[in-house]
Amino acid sequence: MRLLEYESKEILSKYQIPTPAATLISKGGPLDIKGPVMLKSQIPVGGRGKSGGILEASTNDDAKTHIEYLLSTPLKGYKATQILIEEKMQVKQEFFMAVTYDTVIKAPVAIFSREGGVDIETLAVREPGKVWQEPFSVRSKLPQYRAREIISETGVTGGHLLGLAAILSKLADIFLDYDATLAEINPLALIEDGRLVALDCHLEIDDDAAFRHKELVQLGEDQSRFEASRQVTEFERKAAEIDKIDHRGVAGRMIEFDGNMGLIIGGGGASLTAFDAVRAHGGAPANYCEIGGNPSVQKVAELTKLILSKPNVQKIAVIMNVVSNTRVDLVARGIIKGILEAGKKPSETVAVFRIPGAWEKEGFKILTQYGVTYCDRTVSIDAAARIAVENAN
Amino acid sequence: MAILADQNTRVIIQGITGREAVTFTKDMVDYGTRVVGGVTPGKKGQQVHGIPVYDTVRQALKDHPAEASVISVPPALVKGAVLEALGNGIHLVVVVSERVPRKDTLAFLEAAREKDARVIGPNTLGLISPRILKLGMAGGPVEDVSKAYMPGPVGIASRSGGMTTEIANLLTTNGIGQSTCIGVGGDPVVGSNFLDLIPLFEKDPETKVAVLFCEPGGIIEEKLAERVMAEDIALPIIAFVAGRFVDDMPGVRFGHAATIVEGDRGTTRGKIAMFQKAGIRVAESFSDIVMITKEYL
Repeated sequence: MRLLEYESKEILSKYQIPTPAATLISKGGPLDIKGPVMLKSQIPVGGRGKSGGILEASTNDDAKTHIEYLLSTPLKGYKATQILIEEKMQVKQEFFMAVTYDTVIKAPVAIFSREGGVDIETLAVREPGKVWQEPFSVRSKLPQYRAREIISETGVTGGHLLGLAAILSKLADIFLDYDATLAEINPLALIEDGRLVALDCHLEIDDDAAFRHKELVQLGEDQSRFEASRQVTEFERKAAEIDKIDHRGVAGRMIEFDGNMGLIIGGGGASLTAFDAVRAHGGAPANYCEIGGNPSVQKVAELTKLILSKPNVQKIAVIMNVVSNTRVDLVARGIIKGILEAGKKPSETVAVFRIPGAWEKEGFKILTQYGVTYCDRTVSIDAAARIAVENAN
Repeated sequence: MAILADQNTRVIIQGITGREAVTFTKDMVDYGTRVVGGVTPGKKGQQVHGIPVYDTVRQALKDHPAEASVISVPPALVKGAVLEALGNGIHLVVVVSERVPRKDTLAFLEAAREKDARVIGPNTLGLISPRILKLGMAGGPVEDVSKAYMPGPVGIASRSGGMTTEIANLLTTNGIGQSTCIGVGGDPVVGSNFLDLIPLFEKDPETKVAVLFCEPGGIIEEKLAERVMAEDIALPIIAFVAGRFVDDMPGVRFGHAATIVEGDRGTTRGKIAMFQKAGIRVAESFSDIVMITKEYL
């Protein structure tokens, strides 16, 4: 889960990392602007500055207009419900620092650059020597001397070395304490009066560690933090409801597409494989999904009906990898039930049924009763996809 | 021959009394895996399919020495379980549990490195060396495993558990057997990824070719291609990259730091291009794996 800027900065403050003086306001909130401020749209996405999500104001009137604009204009798929008003800083120099995981060396890594700001990625590619990164131990953390070693590799010396190292060390503490997968301050500004201040902050929290951070879970469930303008489609919403019918298995990750070939596919890797294969053979999928974990007959039936409710869908391809947990007969029952309840004929609706594995004999028997052609384990996933596309044409 | 474990490997199961563990313990024993003991704190004296249950790994190993452990405990308890195994000299740990916090994974991997122990997973279905042993849930009950897997010269490593069996099945139905088949685990950080496993397959005299199942995201495929270019790995590698359509979808946004660590990488297009540059064979369609594999046998 990505925290909003002001939520991230509240955590920085707990660790004594300085941030600009700020107030948070929502629609219609009272304004009291004294001097130049930055108005920052609180949405969970990067690149706000470049896309117009951060504006400057010096008077109450300016601020009011800007805030109305920010609260009413979607940006990168999100609309803010809250605006962070921050004192504008006189910046002398910008730094970049971050802590994340390196998945190859399997360790947390601290990153520092003397040149912070919006173009840090291009700098990393253009002049990799200016962006220094080093792994550190989860258990011994990043003590200040290690942070100094990293920062001094970029040529920073003088009075700010100590201050920067203290902040990087604390950022590593935040990263570990909050089970973050990314903790980034960019830019970290050296301002006119000589202080170091975090002007922006980005924290991503590991969803799998949410059970250790109940307060963050509540935050994640709070729908009022911002609006996502790319709403899930009605079709996707109904699929999510079907998945909640019972706790038996998964019928999830439904994504709607424009095509006419309904797909009931699973599990994760096989769904990716099957979807690619249907497209490669010229088919146009109506949806993506991942079923698995032995879903109940009712779940599969409802999912089948939902897909068939799309006006342009006449055919459904049912493809999974060789299953050992999911029962072939239960999926077969669900598919048949769904098709019958949708008022269609199973033999004409199933473009292919290819699920070999546990209880396949029973499954194939049911399919035979209804005249549905099926494939056994000797037909590969992509061969099944080809058959489905041929049968649909 | 098999990599990682063989017919002499003795195995304990941590969390053996859990619902899933009870099932896969039976499947493992039926398949011939030498399961010698189980651990669930507080359940000493019970038996699971004839396997004695102990309170601690130390107690279990005192009565029944073992080299490997399969761990299936709730996410919050995984780190402790792995450290307990490592602390008692286990040097192969298979972590079946899903949803393990990433920090915990990194912490126990750090400990495993210090002890020169190997971890498979987390979030793995496990591994199978056909007709020798299986560790974890991979392949399901023995009759299903026997249909999908047979011994032979192909090593399989897969980012998807289900597709491990699917690839084995594709090869088996075409008369090609496997040496060891490993689901590496679905998490961003796993104990043994493609980079770790390819050298083991290369050292194994029986493995003549490795087949990899790859997915969008991460940079492990790109790193493998770099390694192959730099180090002249002689073992032929065949890769199937699933999820090509994901490239065309409004993707997951990376933060600045992730972009720096991973560069502009992670797309299937990029992975395929890197593989081709490195001379790793890419199967265009899933069935092509058979034809390409046969070229190397």
